[in-house]
Amino acid sequence: MENSMDETTFQSLPDAAAKRWPGQVQVNLDVRRSICLLTCGGSLLRDICEWVCSTSGYRFATLAVEEEASQWLLRYVFYGQSGIGQLHILLRTPKEDVAIPSISGVIHAADWHERETEDLFGLTFTGHPRLGDFVLHEEWPEDVKPMRSGFDARLPYRRRELDPEWRPQSIVQAPGAFMMPIGPVYSDVAESAHFLLETVGEDVIRTIRRFFYKYRGVEKISEGCPVDQVILLSERFSGTSAFAHSLAFCQAVEEIAGVDAPPRAKALRIVLAELERLRCHIAAIAGICGSTALSVATSQAGILEEEALRITGAFTGHRYLFGLNRPGGLTRDFNNSTCRGLADDAARLIERLCKLNDMLRFTSSFLDRIEEVGVISREQAIAYGLVGPIARASGLARDLRRALPYCGYETVDFDVPVETEGDGYARLRVLFREAEQSAAIIRKMATALPDGEIAGPFECAAGAALGWVEAPRGAAFHWVRITESGAVGRYRLTTPSFTNWHGFHLAAEHFAFQDFPIIMATFGLSNAESDR
Amino acid sequence: MTKWVLKGLRTGIVTTAYPGRDETAGGVSPGRPAGGLPFDAGSSIDVERCPTRALIRDGQCLRVDYRRCVHCFRCAPGREGSTQWQDGYEWAARLNDRRYEDLSPGGVFRRSLHIRVVDAGACGACLSEIEQLNKPYYNIHRLGFFLTPTPREADVLLVAGPVTDHMRMALKKAYEAMPTPKRVVAVGACALCGGVFGPSFISGGGASDIVPVDVAVPGCPPPPLALIHGLLATVGRKPSASWPSTALESGGKENV
Repeated sequence: MENSMDETTFQSLPDAAAKRWPGQVQVNLDVRRSICLLTCGGSLLRDICEWVCSTSGYRFATLAVEEEASQWLLRYVFYGQSGIGQLHILLRTPKEDVAIPSISGVIHAADWHERETEDLFGLTFTGHPRLGDFVLHEEWPEDVKPMRSGFDARLPYRRRELDPEWRPQSIVQAPGAFMMPIGPVYSDVAESAHFLLETVGEDVIRTIRRFFYKYRGVEKISEGCPVDQVILLSERFSGTSAFAHSLAFCQAVEEIAGVDAPPRAKALRIVLAELERLRCHIAAIAGICGSTALSVATSQAGILEEEALRITGAFTGHRYLFGLNRPGGLTRDFNNSTCRGLADDAARLIERLCKLNDMLRFTSSFLDRIEEVGVISREQAIAYGLVGPIARASGLARDLRRALPYCGYETVDFDVPVETEGDGYARLRVLFREAEQSAAIIRKMATALPDGEIAGPFECAAGAALGWVEAPRGAAFHWVRITESGAVGRYRLTTPSFTNWHGFHLAAEHFAFQDFPIIMATFGLSNAESDR
Repeated sequence: MTKWVLKGLRTGIVTTAYPGRDETAGGVSPGRPAGGLPFDAGSSIDVERCPTRALIRDGQCLRVDYRRCVHCFRCAPGREGSTQWQDGYEWAARLNDRRYEDLSPGGVFRRSLHIRVVDAGACGACLSEIEQLNKPYYNIHRLGFFLTPTPREADVLLVAGPVTDHMRMALKKAYEAMPTPKRVVAVGACALCGGVFGPSFISGGGASDIVPVDVAVPGCPPPPLALIHGLLATVGRKPSASWPSTALESGGKENV
């Protein structure tokens, strides 16, 4: 399924589709952007989605729903290995027709996208087995759909009390079976999320997740705001991957305006994005060490994490890289000797990280806790469309920096580390190896920066485009529409944490209770990024 | 296992000298616009440009409502702005001095302090900074501060995030579960005024709508040293930062 298509098939997709469904599909190729636009009716949607995924090697990226004056526009975005670009399947349906065929039966990765759309827009996906409360919890009235255009996001909505006795139905029927609640407020410093673990004793049989405690409606409150306001949201909805998401947003806005960031800005964006990845991976490694209660290793990783934060803070002014991206480039320049200093700092950091890795590799009590724990097979990773280090630890070499190069990554030489075991240790190894790659990229880019401007002139234009980045936790897709008045009309955020939480239960189920926090740590996901 | 012991010993002590001495290392704080400077032509552009309305003209003076400042750097010199920025991290302010009668020597908060963190919709950066407190560079255990997993043992509730609708009840329950006397510290612009998210249909305008906030730690996110200052100010071991008069008058409840 992977690596099964090359550029010629991208070019021949229109003919193949027209031959298969004569007169029923309309296909346009945007060769410059490598996007294939396929418009079809609802009756064919399922078949076409299945066809492009099984024969053409495309995989599901996101579902972006837009409300137009008289119709719904559903955009199913697919992407593939380098060379086949993107495929957008468009489905238009009249406003009053809210029943859309579900594709999650053939593409399971679309499951949560359909549930979210149903909950927030009120579109029904026929054939989907599990619609209902998802983003909005039980207390939210069923008939109020906040993402619809008539709903005023700025007014406080009348508040209802949550039901403290909320419990989903238990499916484990056995003597001694019980449901172990975790969250939403739990552990020392944990993001708010609720897990119910069904068990008959030691093993977790079923994991029920209740998320979106942190739903701040970023997609909705962006609507009608100018671009320079929305960029604050794109940075701050997930503070630990702020640079990646603001970059995706800026790239979408730049694409709409037909503006390309100057070469120096692009090179620096790569440096900063890799710096963020490095810091994020060190934080994830510290989390894994902490979950196994190996205290010296936790402290050592904690030291490196704080040093990465300080290096970032001293270099950019902000420890989490806020306030750097802007449409058209960056908000500030860095002098070349400071950049070389950053490369040296990153090299020293990675040297110490490697030493920590060398010690962890030979610590059997540590390995006992993460080896063969939280296993995700390659097939499962494909079915759930997993992304980022988690997918790469299960044998899928998915990396948007390679598959859909952006920001000049096509000229950067780096490895995409892949492991095949799919367990906690494989994920840890991927993190270590990627951190090394990031430091190497920083060195390459920061020591040979092109001269020139840091930002070109930028004028906002109306239109819509997809921006994407390989964020530290995996692929992120930002669909942005700018209206004639220069405000954001639609901002659809698909984040790696959202994508990967979908498959989290695969890793957590059939392992023991005490493995649960370790499996969580090896996933290293963010609820802020997932809930938006 | 001896290799880990040796590794730990060889690393030595990296912990900050603060609060004994000031921390002088680079990159420990994003800094923030300096308030109280004369208002000039550049200031009026910066006031206009400030996306969260943190910069305010007060007669001939430029004031900063630090609750709202999200360090976007748009007013910073070297970017587009011309407002002077200042380093530092002793930013935390006590909002309600009436509740501080028991800070006398021997008072209840003079000994070890247990802290429960509640994530009420934070972006992750505030939480990451809170996590650093437990790590070697900041190590709050040396100050007698401990993060606790249960509100029933907690003296201080650390709230981050604008308080989303779905977290309202959890926050309220966590506060109610704490034994008295108790204190609430609101961490970051979101918890102080809703930040860039609220108030909206799904998110509140900060923690003070749900629980009584005693100490405000501004910042987006507040760096770990500002959090330490906030905790020390909570228990009266450090003086509170001065706070813009507009915020005091509205009790920290005024919203955009």
